[in-house]
Amino acid sequence: MIDLTFKLNQRMETINIDPDTPLLWVLRDHFGLTGTKYSCGMGICGSCTVHIDGKPEQSCRIPISQISGKHVLTIEGLGADGLHPVQEAWVDEEVSQCGYCQPGQIMTAVGLLNKKPHPSDEDIDVAMNGNLCRCGTYQRIRKAIHKAAEEV
Amino acid sequence: MTSTTHNLDRREFLKLSSGSTIALVLGFNWSLLSGEQREGTSSAFAPNAYLSIGEDDTVTVVMPRSEMGQKIYTTLPMILAEELEADWSKIKVVQGDLNEIFGSQTTGGSASVRTQYDRLRKAGATAKIMLIQAAANQWKVNESECYAEEGFVYHVQSKQKLNYGALVANARTLPIPEKVKLKDPKNFRIIGQAYKSLDGLSKVDGSLKFGYDFNLQGMLTAVVARIPRYGSTLKDFDSSKSLKVPGVIKVVPISSGVAVIATNTSAALKGRKELNVNWNSSTFDKLDSEDISKQLREALTHKGTILRDDGNSDRAKEEAHRVIDLTFEVPYLDHAPQEPNNCTAHIHDGICEVWVPTQNPGNAFRGAKQVTGFKDKRIKIHTLRSGGGFGRRLQQDFVTDAVEVAQHTKVPVKVVRTRSEDIKNGFYRPATVHEVSAGLDASNQALFWNHKLSGPEDGWHGIFTGGADELAYSIQHQKVSYAMTKLPVPIGAWRSVAHTQNAFVNESMIDEMARLTKQDSLLFRRNLLQNKPRHLGVLNLAAKKAGWGKKLPKNRAMGIAVHYSFQSYVAMVAEISRDKVGKIKVEKITAAIDCGTVINPDGVRAQLEGGVVMGLTAALHGEITIRNGRVRQSNFHNYPLLTMSEMPEISTHIVKSTEAPTGAGEPPVPPTPPALMNAIAALTGKRITRLPLDNQI
Repeated sequence: MIDLTFKLNQRMETINIDPDTPLLWVLRDHFGLTGTKYSCGMGICGSCTVHIDGKPEQSCRIPISQISGKHVLTIEGLGADGLHPVQEAWVDEEVSQCGYCQPGQIMTAVGLLNKKPHPSDEDIDVAMNGNLCRCGTYQRIRKAIHKAAEEV
Repeated sequence: MTSTTHNLDRREFLKLSSGSTIALVLGFNWSLLSGEQREGTSSAFAPNAYLSIGEDDTVTVVMPRSEMGQKIYTTLPMILAEELEADWSKIKVVQGDLNEIFGSQTTGGSASVRTQYDRLRKAGATAKIMLIQAAANQWKVNESECYAEEGFVYHVQSKQKLNYGALVANARTLPIPEKVKLKDPKNFRIIGQAYKSLDGLSKVDGSLKFGYDFNLQGMLTAVVARIPRYGSTLKDFDSSKSLKVPGVIKVVPISSGVAVIATNTSAALKGRKELNVNWNSSTFDKLDSEDISKQLREALTHKGTILRDDGNSDRAKEEAHRVIDLTFEVPYLDHAPQEPNNCTAHIHDGICEVWVPTQNPGNAFRGAKQVTGFKDKRIKIHTLRSGGGFGRRLQQDFVTDAVEVAQHTKVPVKVVRTRSEDIKNGFYRPATVHEVSAGLDASNQALFWNHKLSGPEDGWHGIFTGGADELAYSIQHQKVSYAMTKLPVPIGAWRSVAHTQNAFVNESMIDEMARLTKQDSLLFRRNLLQNKPRHLGVLNLAAKKAGWGKKLPKNRAMGIAVHYSFQSYVAMVAEISRDKVGKIKVEKITAAIDCGTVINPDGVRAQLEGGVVMGLTAALHGEITIRNGRVRQSNFHNYPLLTMSEMPEISTHIVKSTEAPTGAGEPPVPPTPPALMNAIAALTGKRITRLPLDNQI
């Protein structure tokens, strides 16, 4: 067990924890931030995507020991000042079906738009390919990203 | 929308309806409020859902069915709000727990809209009439001078108005009308319109809680090291290393394996990794998919059971000008909902309480009862939100796990599955083999059809034969029969059930009959569907929207398919391309559906899109295989889902209809694989008879 300090959704947090604990379970079990989802546990489906120092990362594969001193942004922190334009576009386009993968999709999409404010379809293919959706909402995700790009 | 779970038991219902709460509460079976029912012993008049209107104007609809992405939490309230003339912004939906007053609470068979439509309309209309009566009484006017609109009752002459909330106290005291007049559909203002999902916001801000997210004070989390092979049992285990992991509290054997119980998920997972466990050998230790395939093929040599026998297909075969014989084979498929299965249980004060994302709270109840042996009223099932279901959550294996583990803990315990466990412990879409012989006469008209299929024996043959005996095409001589064989791999209903196999077989074979006789596959189908106007409706719509028959660039082709399932009709045109190295890409899917009266058109479109993706995933990649008595696949790297970059454009079209509404969840899946394979046959000349496509082209 170690003491570890990092920034979580703009707030400094210090916890005493097993350093091997994946960030995903720290967020969910320790902080109750369940918007970040478990789905594959191997970093291949994207449901657990958060931003670490502004970059989308899959939190299920990152031990908390690597997070010391970093800034973690989760879906709960994304809309701190009201909905992010990407979230608004998601609602407008009725993207979600079951909704389970969507926080991860949104975090990846925000990361893409931060890097490329006007992504092409190819950019979207590359950026979003690691975010799986069993309900099959990809067409609307693509549309919502383009829509958000216009708004931002 | 709230995600509160509304625990609706009979006492609470009667309390609400007998006056201690000011709200107009209406069971959908109006006789519930009769004197006899207030005494309340018989369940014969029990309603299956209810609505209440509060003094604050809130219209609360308690949903007995499960929401897992099909948008019934928006679509069903739309039906009720239409007849109630409700203010849509005042609608609130709460999940109803398992309760006999609801009747069947199984969510499946694309049945929610189909079975609830009339009931919800009557419920809304009845409440509206009572509210109008209450207002008329208050104004001392005749109710015929009043009307309801958007949550208010108006008096025509005086222009007075009262909001519903102000009327509930009086409306509650009125007798419930036995007959109500429903709206003329041409006056619908909600049904058929685009309405945003009531829970849309909660799905994008991370606030919606699914089963995996469920938490109770002091709750523990457990994972199970599962018996890996079919037919095997636990031999022994050593938990000493597991118990050294900080947070691990207990390691206990249960019927499905060994459960590691911890204060948090990460500790439970780590504890399971440290577990040393041995399993007994099993008679299935050497079972491979190849053996299963052989067994299914062998079953086809036995005398089968006839499902359909029109004319004389054997004699017609001898007389046919041209005969086509093909054998089709499809693999097991896992549902792989995005949220792996999980269940929370707590045994306390002689009560077994269960919180579970399920499509079938009745089965969850039976699972809990089987483990505990408790009396019915000592088992409480709370339905939680499902992150996808597709049929997997009709089972109760995960409930059994949780209740067994809860027998070892004093506090609530959530038993979660990893992706690997979820994939390896599925109730799969059955693997099947199909021998089809079909023929044409000298003028290239379809003459006979003989389809014999084999699948796993599991009580109900319909789980793999459904749709095989309902060939829509007018072919004079038709025979369909099946054979079964015992296999240890658990099977279950997978989105659209047997229609996934049989639409693939039927639509591939029909297409082959047209292709090999150089007939246009759309015209060939049309000719055989002359007495099937709704099949023709979707077929023609899809063909028109896709531009069927237009000249395509080199290395492009289209394929078409149509299928009826769950009382809805779907046709699809797949357009594909081939690159320089021969790789096939799905460019576009044009889909048309006829599901009768459409309540929530955007919801129907979403289901078409989702069904296409699920169908393409199955056609291109989906396969569960067995090696040495265990499932080989373990995660999305070897059980891949369709990804964004593989995604075609999907164009969706809805047939305008005033027929009774039917469902949209399952019907879009079946025609997708054959539409794609028919396009491949058109482009390459190769008929794909075995799914998935991976590595065959």
